[in-house]
Amino acid sequence: MAAEELKTGPLEYRTQEGRMTILGFWIFLAAEVVLFATLFATYAVLYGRTADAPTPMELFEPGIVLVMTFLLLTSSFTCGLAIHQMRRGNVKGLMTWMIVTLALGFGFLGFEIYEFVHYVHEGASLTSSAYWSGFFVLAGTHGLHVTLGTGWAILLLIQIARRGLTNVTSRKFFIISLYWHFLDVIWIFIFTCVYLIGMVI
Amino acid sequence: MAKTDKKVPMNHVIGFALSLIMTLLAAWAAIQSDLPVTWVIVFIMVLALLQAGVQLFMFMHMTEKESGGGAVPWNMMFHGFALAAILVAGSLFTMSFGFDHGDHGDHGGEHEEHMEMDDSEGDHSGH
Repeated sequence: MAAEELKTGPLEYRTQEGRMTILGFWIFLAAEVVLFATLFATYAVLYGRTADAPTPMELFEPGIVLVMTFLLLTSSFTCGLAIHQMRRGNVKGLMTWMIVTLALGFGFLGFEIYEFVHYVHEGASLTSSAYWSGFFVLAGTHGLHVTLGTGWAILLLIQIARRGLTNVTSRKFFIISLYWHFLDVIWIFIFTCVYLIGMVI
Repeated sequence: MAKTDKKVPMNHVIGFALSLIMTLLAAWAAIQSDLPVTWVIVFIMVLALLQAGVQLFMFMHMTEKESGGGAVPWNMMFHGFALAAILVAGSLFTMSFGFDHGDHGDHGGEHEEHMEMDDSEGDHSGH
């Protein structure tokens, strides 16, 4: 990598490698936008094709969905606070806020698993109709991303506890923060297009 | 380092408050309000786009000065979002709007079919 290393600015941007890795991660996020767009398109096209299964109107409950949304919104905020602490060189603050973020992420996952199990009990499963296939694949892909993100964050926490803040570890934390905020962006659209519209129409 | 000495990042707090308010507004519009369905959908979609903007610009450091704009490949992000819009709008346009899927008497999906059938029959006769 290019030898020039900046002396100022955020650690994760100081080397050419750091900047290029962050750029590469943005390209990955652009590809994720397209991945989720295909799932949203599938879901939208299959809307209303519930066959003999219950309709979303019957199953969706505003309460649990709002709780999940607030958990994820708050975790996105605490993740931002973690990066803010990282920028101040405060490893302890970074780790604390990251653990809070993780706890909120696990809370979200718990509610989502509960929700899916509940739907399956009510007769709406992956195989029961085209609509529910679209729903479970879309929401499930998001849930899978959150699950991966929590595992990733745990590994990074172990690494930073051992190595402290360097150009490399701060770049890794910066990238997982981008990932986490991005999952919130996707959730906002699932919340709006799937749950809210499902309760309106 | 030590250039961000602020204890609390104000733009994050504002962004968080904004996203909470917009989520509650969207939920209110969908669940409680008496607005016509079309307006509810337009309203909550606009709120979703605004919230995505809050995440991208206030949380994801897309435009920060210290890192020289955050190494964001704007052209590729634009292409990602443009492709997403084309995929979703195009799929709905070709697969759903104006078509009757033959599920008469079935539940759901019957709101716009009849009013749009007449003009769409001519357009899509080549399929």
